[in-house]
Amino acid sequence: MTTSTHLVYLIALPLVSAALLLILGRLADKWGHLLATLVSASTFAFAASEFFAMRSRSGAARATTQKLFDWISVGTFKVDAALLLDQLSICFVLLITGVGTLIHIYSIAYMSHDRDRRRFFAYLNLFIAAMLLLVLGNSYLNLYVGWEGVGLASYLLIGFWNQKPAYATAAKKAFVANRVGDVGLSLAIMIAFAQFGTVSFAGVAAGAPHASSAALAAMGAMLLLAAAGKSAQFPLQSWLGDAMAGPTPVSALIHAATMVTAGVYLITRSNFIFDASSTARLLVVIVGTITLLFGAIIGTAKDDIKKALAASTMSQIGYMILATGLGPIGYAFAIMHLLTHGFFKAGMFLGAGSVMHGMNDEVNMRRFGGLNRFLPITAITFGFGYLAIIGVPPFAGFYSKDKIIETAFNAGGTKGYILGICALLGAGLTAFYMTRLIVMTFWGTPRWSRDEQHPHESPALMWVPMAILAVGSVASGFLFTSGNSMVHWLAPVVNPSGAEGGAELMKPIVVSLLALGVVVIGVAYAIFKYRTVPVEAPEKVTVFTRIARRDLMQDAFNEAVLMRPGQKLTTGLVWADYSFVDGLVRAVGFTLGTSSQAVRKIQNGYARTYALVMLVGVLALVATIWMVTL
Amino acid sequence: MDISNYLYLSIILFTIGAVGVVIRRNAIVVFMCVELMLNAANLAFVTFSRINGNLDGQVASFFTMVVAACEVVVGLAIIVTIYRSRRSASVDDASLLKR
Repeated sequence: MTTSTHLVYLIALPLVSAALLLILGRLADKWGHLLATLVSASTFAFAASEFFAMRSRSGAARATTQKLFDWISVGTFKVDAALLLDQLSICFVLLITGVGTLIHIYSIAYMSHDRDRRRFFAYLNLFIAAMLLLVLGNSYLNLYVGWEGVGLASYLLIGFWNQKPAYATAAKKAFVANRVGDVGLSLAIMIAFAQFGTVSFAGVAAGAPHASSAALAAMGAMLLLAAAGKSAQFPLQSWLGDAMAGPTPVSALIHAATMVTAGVYLITRSNFIFDASSTARLLVVIVGTITLLFGAIIGTAKDDIKKALAASTMSQIGYMILATGLGPIGYAFAIMHLLTHGFFKAGMFLGAGSVMHGMNDEVNMRRFGGLNRFLPITAITFGFGYLAIIGVPPFAGFYSKDKIIETAFNAGGTKGYILGICALLGAGLTAFYMTRLIVMTFWGTPRWSRDEQHPHESPALMWVPMAILAVGSVASGFLFTSGNSMVHWLAPVVNPSGAEGGAELMKPIVVSLLALGVVVIGVAYAIFKYRTVPVEAPEKVTVFTRIARRDLMQDAFNEAVLMRPGQKLTTGLVWADYSFVDGLVRAVGFTLGTSSQAVRKIQNGYARTYALVMLVGVLALVATIWMVTL
Repeated sequence: MDISNYLYLSIILFTIGAVGVVIRRNAIVVFMCVELMLNAANLAFVTFSRINGNLDGQVASFFTMVVAACEVVVGLAIIVTIYRSRRSASVDDASLLKR
């Protein structure tokens, strides 16, 4: 363990920049975006230098810590505000700052017409700072601060154009859904404190093998709930689609590459809990599998390009969650898919933003078509992302996704077959909906009016980041898998015992061929089905399509099962409060008031009446005493 | 003469005083009735002192007289003030408390 004195600058730089831009207000309008981008880039440079420094060390010395101050010190319970940069966090730090910087650059052009561009960049920097704190905290409590910070930044950015009520509502929805997950995280922290007496990762890891299985399962379930909220996993997935209300760079950075993967980070970081509890692992794979299919099915029915990509994000994170539930060997594959996904999905979101930029902010894919001639660079970079996500070799997704499918099959027994087949099915669906997206957007005949729309390629500030991400989509998978570099790199953190995967059920090549087979089927069917695309969404569709268009009824379900009864409960409580609690208080007041009114009549102001009352009273007193003494 | 007759007289005086306080309207008369009750009480004290053969009752009656003297001063002052402000010495006219 190496100690460092400058890790804190990773977080402090963007935080100070965000504060500066927000405090200076309009004064910083002219140069705010430049400062924010510069800060983001320097954070990336710093992170890269840390990465190379870490590579030059070996073994246990690779992890770096910095203690900032004593945060909580009560009796034997101590929590330091301390940072931990190890092999796992550095992956995230590089992804956050790297993709973050590219998106800062992209946003300079994308948001150039927005009069609040400076505020946008302030929020972006705030997000970067919070996300870095999330992945750098050395205890659950430190992580929690970052966890809430990214939630805040996400809320602010989804609702960036909050002058539209629908967008403000979408932001609120994301915030509330995240809040449900946050309850899970805080409960997990409480369980950790009650069970282990500490909330630091190292302390919990040391105690986990000796803890009761019930406590471990409960903590795992609560961590999973937290992950489900932040990563839009079943059953808290419904906010992600609406979160596309935010500006597209936000969707690319927060709702594709970084923040939504925080759940995967949380589970991977808590590997000691999940390794010790098979119940928790089972829950994780169930949630992951359901979500990967759920998202993919929604993706097939969406006409809004950003919502289709959001559904795809949900599905891909489902893959990662599935991988984290497959035991020690799965974590590295989850992180690998997370990183490749960070490249190709961010790239595709930026591509979608570029299309919208050229098409007057139109998002309906049925009104696109034939755009590859007008936006060639966007089409090419998007195409790389597309090939990566559907898993065509040698693009990134092929390596990372196939590893997950393979590990799912190797989970063994019926479980392995079910998981493997679901993952394969998801791959086929992915190929279908992504091909549909590509066909509807870039191929075919134009379905837009040439008088109103003048599609044009985006400026270099926008396409250069897209191109860099496209290169990442091509190369990252190969880099991570060659010589199992990613697995070896992460092993000290996520697989300290050196566990091997289950017995190989199928050779990797067979899995790859199977996956390629379903991908080819998905692609072919999509191309066949979308030879012609009607401008209006067909009304006569099967009930399944209708349900898929409505996000598989997730909102209807939430409304019927959670919102309506909740509303009933609150109305009931308000009624009970009004009639019983208030009623009691009002009854006391009423009784006192009326009885006082009656008694008041005695007070007639005549001194003689008072004298008479006194006399009667004295006589009564004397009479009483007399009778008692007799 | 039976000494208890003094007590009967005291009771009669006290009753006259009490009835006077309750039924008369003129503040001066009410005031005099109060004095009458005090003096009835004094008579009872002195009588009891005589019956018991000690001086306790007589001492108490001196206290009562002193208190009565003070009360006369304060009471008459109040009555004069009320009369000045309301041009009436009727106790029923000074019934502002009920409002």
